[in-house]
Amino acid sequence: NMPEINVTPLGAGQDVGRSCILVSIGGKNIMLDCGMHMGYNDDRRFPDFSYITQNGRLTDFLDCVIISHFHLDHCGALPYMSEMVGYDGPIYMTHPTKAICPILLEDFRKITVDKKGETNFFTSQMIKDCMKKVVPLNLHQTVQVDDELEIKAYYAGHVLGAAMVHIKVGSESVVYTVSVNKYAKSHISAWIDKCRPDILISESTYATTIRDSKRCRERDFLKKVHETIERGGKVLIPVFALGRAQELCILLETFWERMNLKAPIYFSTGLTEKANHYYKLFITWTNQKIRKTFVQRNMFEFKHIKAFDRSYADNPGPMVVFATPGMLHAGQSLQIFKKWAGNEKNMVIMPGYCVQGTIGHKILNGQRKLEMEGRATLDVKLQVEYMSFSAHADAKGIMQLIRMAEPRNMLLVHGEAVKMEFLKGKIEQEFSIDCYMPANGETATVTTNPSVPVDISLNLLKREMALGGPLPDPKKPRTMHGTLIMKENSLKLVSSEQALKELGLNEHQLRFTCRVQLQDPHSDPDTLHRIYTHLKSVLKGYTIQHLPDGTVMVESIVIKVSSSAEDTNAKVLLLSWSYQGGEYFFTALCIVKRLMYQ
Amino acid sequence: MAAHLKKRVYEEFSKVVQVTHEEAPAKKLRLSKPSKSAALHVDLCKASSSTDALQYLLTFSRKPVEAESVEGVVRILLEHYYKETDSSVRLKIASLLGLLSKTPGFSPDCIVDDAINTLSSESKKHLDSFTSGNLSDSSFGVRTKCLQLLGCLGLLEAPLAAMRDVQSIISDYFGDQDPRVRTAALKAMLQLHERGMKIHQIIYDQACRLLSDDYEQVRSAAVQMVWVLSQLYPESIVPIPSSNEEIRLVDDAFGKISHMVSDGSWMVRVQAAKTLGSMLQVSPHFLEQTLDKKLMSDLRRKRTAHERAKELFASGEFSSGRKWADDAPKEKLDTNTVNLIASGACGAFVHGLEDEMFEVRNAAVEALCQLARSSPSFAEKCLDFLVDMFNDEIEEVRLQSIHVLRQISTHITLREDQLDTVLAVLEDSSRDIREALHELLCFTNVSTKECIQLALLELLKNLNKYPTDRSSVWKCLKFLGSRHPTLVLPLVPELLSTHPYFDTPEPDMDDPAYIAVLVLVFNAATSCPTMPALFSDHTFRHYAYLRDSLSHLVPPLRVRTDLFLQQSLNRVSTIQNLEAAGAPELLDLTIRDLQRLGELQTELAGAADFCATFLRCQLLLMKALQEKLWNISVPLILKQNITVTAVLDESYKLEFLYSGLENRQVATIHHVRLQAKALQLILAARTRHGLDSLISSCEKFLQDVESFQRLFLTELPHLQDSFVEKLLELLPRLSSCKPVEQVKILQTTLRQSGLLQLRLPEQIHRATATIIEPTGESDNPLRFTSGLVVALDIDATLEHVQDPQNSVKVQVLYPDGQSHVIHPKPADFRKPGPNRHRLITQVYLSHTAWTEPSQIEVRLLLAYSSSCSSRLGWTDAMDSLHPAEGTVEGTIPFSKHVKVFIMPKPARR
Repeated sequence: NMPEINVTPLGAGQDVGRSCILVSIGGKNIMLDCGMHMGYNDDRRFPDFSYITQNGRLTDFLDCVIISHFHLDHCGALPYMSEMVGYDGPIYMTHPTKAICPILLEDFRKITVDKKGETNFFTSQMIKDCMKKVVPLNLHQTVQVDDELEIKAYYAGHVLGAAMVHIKVGSESVVYTVSVNKYAKSHISAWIDKCRPDILISESTYATTIRDSKRCRERDFLKKVHETIERGGKVLIPVFALGRAQELCILLETFWERMNLKAPIYFSTGLTEKANHYYKLFITWTNQKIRKTFVQRNMFEFKHIKAFDRSYADNPGPMVVFATPGMLHAGQSLQIFKKWAGNEKNMVIMPGYCVQGTIGHKILNGQRKLEMEGRATLDVKLQVEYMSFSAHADAKGIMQLIRMAEPRNMLLVHGEAVKMEFLKGKIEQEFSIDCYMPANGETATVTTNPSVPVDISLNLLKREMALGGPLPDPKKPRTMHGTLIMKENSLKLVSSEQALKELGLNEHQLRFTCRVQLQDPHSDPDTLHRIYTHLKSVLKGYTIQHLPDGTVMVESIVIKVSSSAEDTNAKVLLLSWSYQGGEYFFTALCIVKRLMYQ
Repeated sequence: MAAHLKKRVYEEFSKVVQVTHEEAPAKKLRLSKPSKSAALHVDLCKASSSTDALQYLLTFSRKPVEAESVEGVVRILLEHYYKETDSSVRLKIASLLGLLSKTPGFSPDCIVDDAINTLSSESKKHLDSFTSGNLSDSSFGVRTKCLQLLGCLGLLEAPLAAMRDVQSIISDYFGDQDPRVRTAALKAMLQLHERGMKIHQIIYDQACRLLSDDYEQVRSAAVQMVWVLSQLYPESIVPIPSSNEEIRLVDDAFGKISHMVSDGSWMVRVQAAKTLGSMLQVSPHFLEQTLDKKLMSDLRRKRTAHERAKELFASGEFSSGRKWADDAPKEKLDTNTVNLIASGACGAFVHGLEDEMFEVRNAAVEALCQLARSSPSFAEKCLDFLVDMFNDEIEEVRLQSIHVLRQISTHITLREDQLDTVLAVLEDSSRDIREALHELLCFTNVSTKECIQLALLELLKNLNKYPTDRSSVWKCLKFLGSRHPTLVLPLVPELLSTHPYFDTPEPDMDDPAYIAVLVLVFNAATSCPTMPALFSDHTFRHYAYLRDSLSHLVPPLRVRTDLFLQQSLNRVSTIQNLEAAGAPELLDLTIRDLQRLGELQTELAGAADFCATFLRCQLLLMKALQEKLWNISVPLILKQNITVTAVLDESYKLEFLYSGLENRQVATIHHVRLQAKALQLILAARTRHGLDSLISSCEKFLQDVESFQRLFLTELPHLQDSFVEKLLELLPRLSSCKPVEQVKILQTTLRQSGLLQLRLPEQIHRATATIIEPTGESDNPLRFTSGLVVALDIDATLEHVQDPQNSVKVQVLYPDGQSHVIHPKPADFRKPGPNRHRLITQVYLSHTAWTEPSQIEVRLLLAYSSSCSSRLGWTDAMDSLHPAEGTVEGTIPFSKHVKVFIMPKPARR
């Protein structure tokens, strides 16, 4: 009955969004991420926790919860699970995630409860209570959840504070990672050591994409902004508050610095401002350039970027504005867009995907006349650009990660089934390891081959060392004699004497005897003496004794000669040896026999 | 206790033992005096426990060891090594041996020598068995040290049959359980290679296996090892596993090292990227794969941005990215052909250039450069990638890639879209970047006239934004024009805004932008005779003006001037001796002509200046020797004395300020100096009455003559009819007669000797320096508190200065006659181009309080080392006898003075 690791996705199994994966490893149950689905407004938006237990609290069934990063599809269901379903155990996340997560949860709650008017949703207080259960993680810090379970976080790139987690129970281990961002030079980067986990669980959102270098896209983006500014136009960049906004801020900030530009850059207040504050605090979690510059100043202490005020939109002259939300469907970004849409000198740059039905989607598809509320129409004269900056790992990134960590099995989550299938095939082909892609509620089972640690007594080891020189040849295994004692869940290798002593047993001597019939005309003592001298001449370096009681001892072998009463020529050679002396016996026997048949 | 002890050992381990040494004596007196080794021996014998022994070794290691006793010490240590059972003591001994073998003055082969020659063959086994005994020690430290020792001392010649080859011993430890030992084994092998041993090819497979080691230092060393082997056996054939194909070893190694460019550790990545650059033998097929990248989106192949740019360029469209999803994927991919993890060389540079660590990117750029320089087709291919690097976020990388592109620019022609990206960098706020780019543009080939227009436009923009770049931009346009005359031709009417029927207003002559345009046009016109026809009248007038004021940027349009120089020199050669009538006038005229020529013709400036200075020396000598001057009274001779010093100064300038001189010219210069010294002697004889001083001066002069003869023995045949030749004829007589007579002989010889012919060398350049900043125009004094310092920024360009780090100094002259010479830091010198340096430094000024602001003078000095002149046989005693006003000993001022207003204020209480 081999030990197993079971992985069951409650969300994100062959699906995107609502990440929630259950792992049971070495008798421990761990929940990885606790996300929500943006596409649903009913019960389906949260993972189905009843899978774990029908009634009652989750605390008894889960040893810990680990959150990889602050995106809502990875932490959105956290207050619901901990406060409404009930979980009091530890929740692990990195410091930046812990800082940013409640802001997003609160924002999400406001939209759902205050704007959409839903009831039966978690409250602000619940978010706070939930956050009290959080235990922050540092990078590369090994945290003992209990005596056996330990976890360790690594950089994952993707967004600020995103982490890969290495979970270990005994010799079994699992690594869970979000979209690792190795390839595209984001402002954050990923690395893991060769920990050879049993399973590597990875996201596969962009499983079938290999992307072009980010540098080209950045250059395009900067060139477009620069040209517009030089023309005297205004640039609007609709963004969501976190992640990409900061990335673009840094990009523009450095470009302004480099090119010595003077036009003002603004970002809208509120959420972005708060988020920028956290980026400023967690500067060490960012990339080399930003960290290097920190010696002089904090990059997020923007020099050229200032907070936006509603009245600035009417200011003359060129400017760049980052405004929320990202799809131009409401709020500040839409207001500014309306103001600037009429001038062909201006430009709007959409840095991300836009959902169908939003103004962002319409203008990206080339619509030049928009119908606004109240039957008014808006002529779109400004230039519309699309830039894709996404921080998800592409296929190559995932393959790189496998190469780095060398897992024994691979498990894909958070991606579309078809794309996963492709990646699975590739992984199996390139690395010849098994790859799983369980659907929601489906369990993937991996049997592990745990190594069994055995304590060896120091005396025994020293004795063996003394026998075979100071150091064993590193290329050859060596056998040794000893006794394995299994006692109270622990294994011990000791010398046999010690084993006897510990177990309180007596040592039993085992002797074998053997008779050899032969013809020899000499008398008994003569025969014995001949055997003795012969053995003495052949077996040099062995202790051979001729004892006065008419026996010859070769090490522990006893040789006796007796003749039968009727035929004095027919001699019977009596050989007796102990269990340990077996190896010498056959040598001695052969020699004696050869002597006699000469 | 044991743990404590061990700790101590490791502490000691990291300590550098100060082994001072004396020069190794010629013969070895082995253990003849009570040396260190004897004392050590006694100590070690006394030591009762391992702790004691260790203690002795520690104290021993702190003391210096004389080189002569090292050998004895080594033997005693070896002996004790055997007796010793404690591993920490053995470790210490091994590390001591390693250190001792590095003792300067003690040849590292000495131990081996010992083993072979001095001692019996037993000792040879001694070393071998010593190391191999050590190698099986259980402590990794001992094993590591032993491998190091093997690497340093392993026998180079073929070992005896009985003994194992040192390489195979070391390679056994490639599989050691401790990564540190594996690293040490690889390093020892590399050390053997460095010492000239040929590493066996069987090591290759083992080294390749270590490329996938768990530890980065092992992988890093393995990369080096694989590289070494690929250089040793480039053409050997190795099989590809899992197929029956075979490839060249260098290609195989290239593929494997390329793979390491995507390693987990950035140190290894840097190492791999650097290494790739030096694998020039690799097949072009493999090389080109390093730039391969296939993109896909939802299993459809996508064109890369580079490909799109190229297509757009080919189809003549200019907008890009305006359309929604213009990067939409095209063909459907066969899932089987997609290689996700790049195998072999695939995309190595694509990864390297996009690495998150700038060190890796820098190394990749450097490697690209090296490979591209040796392969034009690869240069063409990597262009897109290099141009992309111009937008890197780290300035160092940007700068590096600009430099690289300049280096490979002979192989390539930029496309318009690429040029566009390149030119965008002109707006960079870093001066270094901009100037590097100007330098690059000087050497760039472009393909169309639009490119020229684009470049001009961007350069003018740059000029507008950063007016300080003026000279750099003009120079850049000069080269752009002279490189692409045919592309400039169709642009001329537009550039000069001429109109076929109407006269256009005359542009402002002082506008830097207009000058820039003219520089481009005029330089193009030199090799395009039809172009001047398109100029309007005022353009010709402007040409005349610019030719005069910016002669280094504006070339002559038709006249040939290089013959002129030779003609002038020939004219001078007609002067027979220094007293010929009309000679001074002729010389005067020629000097004037040459000076003017130097101003007009930058490429001839060095030669013209050189000739002019030489002739001026001759002229001065000639005047000093004129008959009537010798009749005046003694006090007036002072004037001639000044002349002599001037000639001497000029002769030093001639020797050290110009590069490209041949031995013959140096001889001529020294000849002039000899003449000056003779004159000096004659003058001294007239003024001084003390006979003793005269005798010593005479002797000195004779010495000078002799050393001249010694130095320029080969040149003497060329010096016919000259002063020195006559002097050498008279030398026996001179050395025997009295000083007064000597002087008389000298005087007549000097006056009869003819003018020495000057032959010009092929290439001659004058070292020049131009201080760009401070400009000397500022009226605002630099105020600071007296007693404190103020930093003055100095920015200067130096041309044709060899080794400026050591020879260029900044001199500051205060109004009270104080002068300071400041030696700039080596890092302050940048090298923007061949034979050009740029000095950007700060000098610190300080002075006691003044009542009102006053000017200080700043200038650059070129120091020539006295060792250099004494090597040539001249003592600098002559210089120190007559320090000229304002010159520092052994230095030549080679830039103009710049005046800076400063005002030290009294400190406020």
